[in-house]
Amino acid sequence: MNRQTADHATLADKFNEDEPRVNWHDQTLWWVRAKRDRMAWTIPEWEQLRDTASSIKLNALGNLHDYLLQFEQQAQQNGAIVHWAADAAEHNRIVTDILQKHGVKRMVKSKSMLTEECHLNPHLEANGIEVIDTDLGERIVQLAKEPPSHIVLPCIHKKKEEIGELFHEHLGTPAGNADPQFLTAAARLHLRKEFLQADAAITGVNFAVAETGEMVVCTNEGNADMGAHLAKVHIACMGIEKIIPQRKHLGVFLRLLARSATGQPITTYSSHFRKPREGQELHIVLVDNGRSRQLGREDFRNSLKCIRCGACMNTCPVYRRSGGHSYHNAVAGPIGAILAPNLDMKDYADLPFASTLCGSCSNVCPVKIDIHQQLYKWRQVLVKEGYTSTAKTAGMKVMTGVLSAPGVYKTAGKMGRWVMRAFPGMVNNRMNPWYKQREMPAPPAQSFSEWYKKNKKST
Amino acid sequence: MSSREKILAAIKQHQPEASALPSLTGLSGNMPGTLEAYRKVLEGLGGVLFEIKAESEIPAILAQQYPGLQRVITASDIQRAWANEDPHLLEDVDMAIVPGQWGVAENGAIWVTEEDIHARVLPFICQHLAIVLPRERLLPTMHEAYEQIGAPQSGFGVFIAGPSKTADIEQSLVLGAHGAKSLVVFIIG
Repeated sequence: MNRQTADHATLADKFNEDEPRVNWHDQTLWWVRAKRDRMAWTIPEWEQLRDTASSIKLNALGNLHDYLLQFEQQAQQNGAIVHWAADAAEHNRIVTDILQKHGVKRMVKSKSMLTEECHLNPHLEANGIEVIDTDLGERIVQLAKEPPSHIVLPCIHKKKEEIGELFHEHLGTPAGNADPQFLTAAARLHLRKEFLQADAAITGVNFAVAETGEMVVCTNEGNADMGAHLAKVHIACMGIEKIIPQRKHLGVFLRLLARSATGQPITTYSSHFRKPREGQELHIVLVDNGRSRQLGREDFRNSLKCIRCGACMNTCPVYRRSGGHSYHNAVAGPIGAILAPNLDMKDYADLPFASTLCGSCSNVCPVKIDIHQQLYKWRQVLVKEGYTSTAKTAGMKVMTGVLSAPGVYKTAGKMGRWVMRAFPGMVNNRMNPWYKQREMPAPPAQSFSEWYKKNKKST
Repeated sequence: MSSREKILAAIKQHQPEASALPSLTGLSGNMPGTLEAYRKVLEGLGGVLFEIKAESEIPAILAQQYPGLQRVITASDIQRAWANEDPHLLEDVDMAIVPGQWGVAENGAIWVTEEDIHARVLPFICQHLAIVLPRERLLPTMHEAYEQIGAPQSGFGVFIAGPSKTADIEQSLVLGAHGAKSLVVFIIG
């Protein structure tokens, strides 16, 4: 939707105004992370699977040119029409042209982070085409006129009471009913009508197999299938990095994806679309939008291995406590923070700093992307390119001076402890970012080196 | 230069040196491909399993499990006018009974193809779904499944694992999102 200009810290502040909600968000995502752990532990070969998946993706990136050509040729042989889009604008134009050619006024869309990245919905609406998002979570945020806040759990930031209210307003459910079972049943009835009326269906793509030209789409709800198997036109939109070499490699990725994402053994449906249904038109839109550029950044190209499971978000202490919207990008969390600066360094310069670099994201990543190292490397690139604030740079320079001169460091420490004791108000105030949401610790009576000198046993 | 050529040229210039594909041997470990293992996972997903000797037992079991079924479609029936009709007309199917090709014990998934179901939308649009799977078609993991399935023969195939579901509202699990609200698996033989 609208491009936000506020940075992560500012948006996270807003999210943190409602403390009980932050705690709920934090605990719920941690619960999903814990489910992922339990599922992973049932597979003794889990680490070998991760290594294998990572190597397959590396092979795919190293042969991407040939695999894409192979995929295109196979897909065409299967009867699909293949399009290439250099950027978001071209992607949106291609999709709009297809829909206009068929006179489509209303269409259904299953989850596709790529179309979010390209801001397809507002583009279609501006062209008089109504888009109905059919993933329940996506439909909810669409009714709320918000973007998804998580790639797998799009409305994880919303409470059921708010959803009940949205449904009351838009779907006519009784006011005050916030029962998930009831609301899901209402959405099922509402969206069934849309599936039955839609002239076209857009789906995302989880994996595209070069060897066979087929695309695999994974859902729990069955919404991608309900859309694609009923509509006359199926448009599958995919980033060029979704390519995997061979069909048998699906076994590796399907074993990892849902276990990493939500702690389920597999999604309810793993649909393999190869040929259009009789009488149907199947379009595949291959989108670059900066991916070929990222491929050339040696330090960052591994981010293209991502299979969009969201495990890095669920485990991230910063994501859990700042919410997906604070990342102001289609893909939030640690993976979003290493993908976004490639799209626009200026707009997303804040994101690689929205991390403690604890490394938990890299530890859970099913394709072993070195996410936290890339966050650290992006920081260096962004500072060098001049995209960080001058205050931060100046502060870092002062720190460098203090930390590299032992005498200055000792004096500064002494002064600091004295100030904290004599004038606690100097540090316990809102000007000090460390004071936000926490009490400052009591200042110690002495520094470690003073203590050490006093207590050192003579040797 | 077209976008296709531009994208391909940029990729060729930027892609890393080609690396070898890893071997997939040993990834299945000692996962059991037994009926017990399959049943446990399927029930965890909200599915129900019946062991039967012949397909003729199915109607009675379904009548008991689902009183009041109106429109029941058996995909393997030789008479299937519905297969050539507009798929939208399947909207009122209460129960679809479809053949499965392979079952996977580690995750409860069953491979179902277009050849067997005739209308792609059938196992999704029906209110309830039953899959019939021969006992000897159970495999331990996805690796064995893809080995057995081999090269694609059909235009569409799907692994189905349990009934459709969502947990999008506050992570509360609800069975019956857009696809079938329940799943019965008949293990035959």
